[in-house]
Amino acid sequence: MSAGWTREQMAARAAQDIPDGSYVNLGIGIPELVAQFVPEGREFIYHTENGLLGMGPPPADEDRDLDLMNAGKKYVTALPGAAYFHHADSFSMIRGGHIDVCVLGTMQVAANGDIANWSTGAPDAIPAVGGAMDLVQGVKQIFVITQHTTKTGDPKLVEKCTYPLTGPGVVSRIFTDLAVVDVTADGFRVAELAPGISFEEVREKTGAAILPPE
Amino acid sequence: MINKQYASAAEAVADIPDGATVMVGGFGASGSPIELLHALIDHGATDLTVINNNTGNGEVGLAALIGNGQVSKMICSFPRSSQSKVFPELYRAGKVALEIVPQGTLAERIRAAGAGVPAFYTPTTVGTVLAEGKEVREFNGRPYVMEPWLKADFALIKCEVADPLGNLTYNKTARNFSPLMCMAATTTIVQTRTLVARGGIDPENVVTPGIFVNRVVEVPQPIHEDVLIAEGRSYP
Repeated sequence: MSAGWTREQMAARAAQDIPDGSYVNLGIGIPELVAQFVPEGREFIYHTENGLLGMGPPPADEDRDLDLMNAGKKYVTALPGAAYFHHADSFSMIRGGHIDVCVLGTMQVAANGDIANWSTGAPDAIPAVGGAMDLVQGVKQIFVITQHTTKTGDPKLVEKCTYPLTGPGVVSRIFTDLAVVDVTADGFRVAELAPGISFEEVREKTGAAILPPE
Repeated sequence: MINKQYASAAEAVADIPDGATVMVGGFGASGSPIELLHALIDHGATDLTVINNNTGNGEVGLAALIGNGQVSKMICSFPRSSQSKVFPELYRAGKVALEIVPQGTLAERIRAAGAGVPAFYTPTTVGTVLAEGKEVREFNGRPYVMEPWLKADFALIKCEVADPLGNLTYNKTARNFSPLMCMAATTTIVQTRTLVARGGIDPENVVTPGIFVNRVVEVPQPIHEDVLIAEGRSYP
């Protein structure tokens, strides 16, 4: 095992920064893992934009209800105290500023907090935005969990996004396999390095200026 | 005595004309009114504009309606899925148009139409390509994009329990866009698993009041899209 954080460790690290009692929306992919790592003594209430507050873990196959799914169209459960509602209420929770934290995956995130996670902008790509643009504008705090670089080694933390934006200046903190990175008025700043990772390595793999931990 | 009950799905969709705009309830498979969609395929109306969050799955329901060449334009937030091949192929071939709308804006545009609000301002899409060409206005120093209401001629809706007045309840996350679409369409057509007599739904538990519903068809054992896809079925 090389140095740095695994997907699970990235999710666990992000969960550490979510306050007790938060209403939380988790994006598809690594963000979904956050629900497995709620710190001892805290309770998060999960919102899924297709109309459920109080979402629980996936059911056993024999307990599936075909009408109970999450925004990623996976079967889920409803915990005691859950509520169902229609889409306008669901997005009032998002757009009305009632959700505390949203954890998203991304293709690119820029030093000014811009995020691009919905389209490559390629001519033959079929655009599919879902609720991403609503979430980044409406939720109080936007966290990103992502590998520090793409599969081909290109930086995902960049000076300026080259893909079409999901929203400008919305991301506050980024959890990668190498570090926790804050978006500050001075650009990227490392808040914490993963075990065995040097600031030099993070700087080399970041596509923008980045400040060392304070 | 008002009674909105229709005898069959075929009868309920029989007057949908070519060129109509049709809202279809459901988020992915949950809440998709499969029997009404298949009745619309049998009916054969073409050149439809369809409003749904997605574009259907497999070769049944909404995907089958698109695959049958009856849809000229889709208005949706997320036209891709791991099980959706029909729309991407026709879209790339230039045979169906696409208007992409963020999910919350889609819901609010439909709600606004039902509420008689012709337009509203939202921060969603500010600073993105989806705001291009739209009016932007500042409120309290923050920019907002103007979005118009979204109406339809017909809505096809699946619910759990209905009464003859069109009062409705839904099942879990199968509710999604349906209560909004009921309000926003000129003619709302509902399929219900159970039809109860007046008074059979506690007024405290009504989710969609009957004033928003025009036609109710009882479909006692509705087919779920996920089941059809798991069985590899296609329609017609």
